[in-house]
Amino acid sequence: MLTFLNHLINGISLGSVYAIIALGYTMVYGIAKMLNFAHGDVIMVGAYVCFFAVSSFGLPPVVGVLLAMLVCTVLGMTIERLAYKPLRQAPSLAVLITAIGVSYFLQNGAQLLWGSNQKMFPAFLSGEGLSLFKGQINVSSATIVTIIACIIIMLVLTFFTNKTKMGKAMRACSEDKGAAQLMGINVNTTISMTFAIGSALAAIAGVLLCSAYPILMPTTGSMPGIKAFTAAVFGGIGSIPGAMLGGILLGIIEIFAKAYISTQVSDAVVFAVLIIVLLVKPSGLLGKQIHEKV
Amino acid sequence: MALLSVNDINVYYGSIHAIKGVSFEVNEGEVVTLIGANGAGKSTTLNTVSGLLRAKTGSVFFDDQDVGNVAPHNIVKMGMAHCPEGRRVFSQMTVEENLQMGGFTRSPSEIALNLEEVYAQFPRLKERRRQISGTLSGGEQQMLAMGRALMSNPKLLLLDEPSMGLAPILVAQIFEIIEQLHKAGKTILLVEQNAQMALSIATRGYVLETGKVVLSGNGNELLENDAVKKAYLGE
Repeated sequence: MLTFLNHLINGISLGSVYAIIALGYTMVYGIAKMLNFAHGDVIMVGAYVCFFAVSSFGLPPVVGVLLAMLVCTVLGMTIERLAYKPLRQAPSLAVLITAIGVSYFLQNGAQLLWGSNQKMFPAFLSGEGLSLFKGQINVSSATIVTIIACIIIMLVLTFFTNKTKMGKAMRACSEDKGAAQLMGINVNTTISMTFAIGSALAAIAGVLLCSAYPILMPTTGSMPGIKAFTAAVFGGIGSIPGAMLGGILLGIIEIFAKAYISTQVSDAVVFAVLIIVLLVKPSGLLGKQIHEKV
Repeated sequence: MALLSVNDINVYYGSIHAIKGVSFEVNEGEVVTLIGANGAGKSTTLNTVSGLLRAKTGSVFFDDQDVGNVAPHNIVKMGMAHCPEGRRVFSQMTVEENLQMGGFTRSPSEIALNLEEVYAQFPRLKERRRQISGTLSGGEQQMLAMGRALMSNPKLLLLDEPSMGLAPILVAQIFEIIEQLHKAGKTILLVEQNAQMALSIATRGYVLETGKVVLSGNGNELLENDAVKKAYLGE
């Protein structure tokens, strides 16, 4: 029972990271109707920025995280402006291939700038953990910070999209860009803003991910990126609550598969679950089903 | 000078020449209607006026400014609101959120003021303010689309086929609302397939046929015109 609980907590923690990454995928998909496969690599850039800020320049971790967010925000907006905006009217396949190209560009760029050897991410979240059941379960502080960060991000994002003018404009754009324009909403600014938010979240995810799995290299972001994309599809791509739910469930499934089946096949289990969900409910768990009266 | 003047515009969809030298104007306080059959270019003309489409040649002047290269969202800011064909309400947002989006370019205090006015004009929307708009009936969605366009308190309101797909009693209701808006001093450019209804409330009308203006005149004149009667009024 206690080991089960332990796995569950680890699963939620890993799932929280997936959820934060998946939010970036799902928001960008919802508004720009494109899969930004370079999103995973923005995570990696965020982790590197934080790594250098803390390890090489001795800045406090908080400053490192903020710096990573700033760099990733600018990076995300730049990628959108240079690579995706010119393809606004292009077929989606062209955009998809461009996104894969951007992904390789970032990975190779990181390799060129920072080398391909692994770096040990500083364990700055290694404070006192939480000890439960007379020390039978130890929850690391990285885990606690990750889960809390995820909850805060969810709350802030839900508030933003439901209550603020800009958030509502984003929802309007994701439904109907033409009609949104007729309301006086600048669609290009809104898309750019979405990339900014998604990329800032990616930076946070990068730091949290590397705090749990402290090995950093240019390909660090690609696998979590693909898993988070899976999570977004699992929860229903385009849906913010779906990305959160999908991410957390995926993390739990992965940890349970590792613990109770085998470490080697855990990824296969994760993707098998995705396939089953999509067979049963193709729009994902919380996918939008539009019933429209005419 | 007219509030809106469209001068000899030519609009293409790829190689298809959709609008061939259309000119017309709308003066302040008028209800002007563009009528014509399917594919005559009515909606294309309206989309060009609001900036969603661009004319290859010719010009569109709104409020004494050339808006030929102004982005659609900035045209809204200048005081033009376009209520598009097929209503296009944001179906997953509530009625009130839709209306708030209509006032996107306005300040919070203006939004609050306009919201009261729109609710006074459409009491049904007030009753349903918290409802997800995709669940409204067709007539209610049309009222929402019109209310949303009015939320920016526009100098010029473009209405594209507001009667489309509605039951006769609702059509009559929609036209009654347009007349009320006219009396309240709104300037309206109305595109309609229901020529009878449109001409009966319009100050002036233009008849479009395959991308050209073939006839124009006062609403009543056109209503009595033999060619119009034959082609559009089923007589």
